[in-house]
Amino acid sequence: MGSTITEKILAHHAGLQRVEPGELITAKVDLALANDVTAPLAIEAFKNMGAEKVFDPERVALLPDHFTPARDIAAAENCALVRRFAQEQGIVHYYEVGRVGIEHVLVPDLGLVLPGDLVVGADSHTCTYGALGAFATGVGSTDLAMAMALGEIWLRVPRTMKFVYRGRLRPWVGGKDLILYTIGVIGVDGALYRAMEFHGPVVENLSMDGRFTMANMAIEAGAKNGIFHVDEVTREWLKSRAHREYIEFKSDPDAEYEKVYDFDVSDLEPQVALPHLPSNVRPVSEVRDVEVDQVVIGSCTNGRLEDMEVAYRILRGRRVHPRVRLLVFPGTQEIIREMASRGWLEALVEAGAVISPPTCGPCLGGHMGVLAAGERAISTTNRNFVGRMGHRDSEVYLSGPAVAAASAVLGRVAHPEEVF
Amino acid sequence: MEARMILEGKAWRYGPNVDTDVIIPARYLTSYDPEELGKHCLEDLDPEFSSRVQPGDMVVAEENFGSGSSREHAPLALKGCGVSCVIASSFARIFYRNAINVGLPILECPEAVADIETGHRLRVDLVKGTIENLSTGKVFQATPFPESVREIIASGGLVEYVRRRLEERGGPASR
Repeated sequence: MGSTITEKILAHHAGLQRVEPGELITAKVDLALANDVTAPLAIEAFKNMGAEKVFDPERVALLPDHFTPARDIAAAENCALVRRFAQEQGIVHYYEVGRVGIEHVLVPDLGLVLPGDLVVGADSHTCTYGALGAFATGVGSTDLAMAMALGEIWLRVPRTMKFVYRGRLRPWVGGKDLILYTIGVIGVDGALYRAMEFHGPVVENLSMDGRFTMANMAIEAGAKNGIFHVDEVTREWLKSRAHREYIEFKSDPDAEYEKVYDFDVSDLEPQVALPHLPSNVRPVSEVRDVEVDQVVIGSCTNGRLEDMEVAYRILRGRRVHPRVRLLVFPGTQEIIREMASRGWLEALVEAGAVISPPTCGPCLGGHMGVLAAGERAISTTNRNFVGRMGHRDSEVYLSGPAVAAASAVLGRVAHPEEVF
Repeated sequence: MEARMILEGKAWRYGPNVDTDVIIPARYLTSYDPEELGKHCLEDLDPEFSSRVQPGDMVVAEENFGSGSSREHAPLALKGCGVSCVIASSFARIFYRNAINVGLPILECPEAVADIETGHRLRVDLVKGTIENLSTGKVFQATPFPESVREIIASGGLVEYVRRRLEERGGPASR
C-alpha cells in the first residue's frame, strides 16, 4: 500500500520510512509562525517552559497583522511585546508595519515555505501553504511555543480525503467557489482531523492564487491540512521566490484514501455562503436580491493580486452603490504597489472603494470596518460566524471577489454578469 | 496547577458548531488574561452566560465544539469564567489541543450530550471518564483520550513536557 503526500511529508520530518494514519509522531518543523494575537501567549508559554533561545532565529516568523496598525493601546502593547521578543531573539523574519502583510499572503510570497516543508502557525489559516505541496497546519499558542523552543511538534497522522474536480469552469468562477462548494457538500466538520488533498484538471488549471484560496479554507471543513501536488504552475511561481532546494512529494497511485469525492464542476455557478456557517452554501442565483451594507474584498483567503484584478475588472468605470461601503484590503504592500503601478488603485478609488493597509482587521471584526447591529456584509473572507465581523446581530455572506465586486455595484448580492 | 479529578456543576447546553468567535469574540483578543476574557465568554451566543455562570459549571454542546480560529484565548476564557469542563459530541482539532495544553478538561460523549439539558446537575470523574447526570440519574462513559494526549497530561501539560525535554538536552542554562 502506498502513501499520500501528507503521510510522506510527515514521515520525512519524523525521520521515519513511512507513517500510518492515527500514528503519533514528533516531527521537525521548517517554520513556526505567530501573529500579534497569538504570539504574546506563545512567548509567555515559551518563557514558562524555561526556554531561552528559539530553535533557529531564521525559522521563526513573527507577523503583527491582526490588530495593526495598532488599533488601541492594548494592541500596541502586544505589538511592543512581540517586537521586543523578536529583537532579543534575533528573529530574522519579523516584519514591521510598512513591510508586514497579511501573514498567509506574505509568508509564501517571501519564499519562506517551499514544497515538502512542514509548517506550524499559531493561526488557523496556516493551512494555506498546502497549496505549495507543503504540510501546514494551525496550532494554538502553547503548541507554537513548543515549536519555537524545540523545533518540533507532536502530531497525529491524519487520514486523507481526496477531492477531484473535473470539467471546465465557467467565467467568474474560481478557487473560492470550488472550496465553498466543497464545504457545502461535506459540512463544517466534514473533514474533521483529516487531510484534504485536491486533484483534477480543474485545479491543475488554477493559478497559485486560486490554490492558496482553496487550501486556506480547508480549516473551514475542520481539516488539519489542505494540500496540492507540485506541478509546472507551482514551479513557475517559485522560480523568483525559492532560495533553497525543496522536495516534491507525491501521493502514490495506490495510496489509501478514506473517501474520494469526484466533482464535475462545469455547471458550477459562483457560490455564496449564507450566515452563519461557511457550509451554508448556495449558487449566487438563489441569493440575489439580498441587500448589503458593506462589501469586503481582501484577506488571507482572497487578498492576492489575481483577486484584486477581478475586483478591478468589475469595478473600473463603475460606481459603488450609494448605500454601500466597499473596503479593499490587499494582502501585502507589494500587492498594493503592483496595483498602483497597473492603475488598479486609481480605478478602485474612483469607483468609491476605500483601500486599507494589509491587515486582518475587518475579517474578524477587529477594526477597520466593523459591522453595526442589523448590518449585512458580503465578504471574500473565510468565516461568517455569529458576530464574526462585528455586532452579534450583523450578518456575513461569503463569496469570491467577482460576486463581491458585482454586489458592491448593485448594492445587493449579484452575479458578475449582471453588471456587464 | 493540579486539576480536580471529581467535578460537579450545573450544565449550560448549546447546539453544534459553537465556534471560537462566539466563545470569545475577536474584539477582546488584545487581552490574554483569563479573568478578563471570561467576562465576555460566549456573549454573542448567550449574553446572560458570563454573568450567571457559577464556578464549576459545565458547558455541554453538540458536534464540532471550538471550530474556527486557533485562539488559545477560547479555552482560557472558559476557564476564566469558572467553567470546570466542556462535554461535547465532538471537538474541533485545534481547540482540542489547546484545551489539553491549557488544562481545561474536555470530554467527548455524544450520548451524554443527548441526555443533558441546561440546568441539569452533573458529576464528572476525570480519572474514569464518567459523566453522571444527577438530574436524570444516568451515567455515561466518555471516549478515552488517545495515547498522545495521555502522555501530555501525564507530564503535567505541554509546558512541563517541553521543560523536561529542554532539561534532557542539557538545559538552556548550559548553552
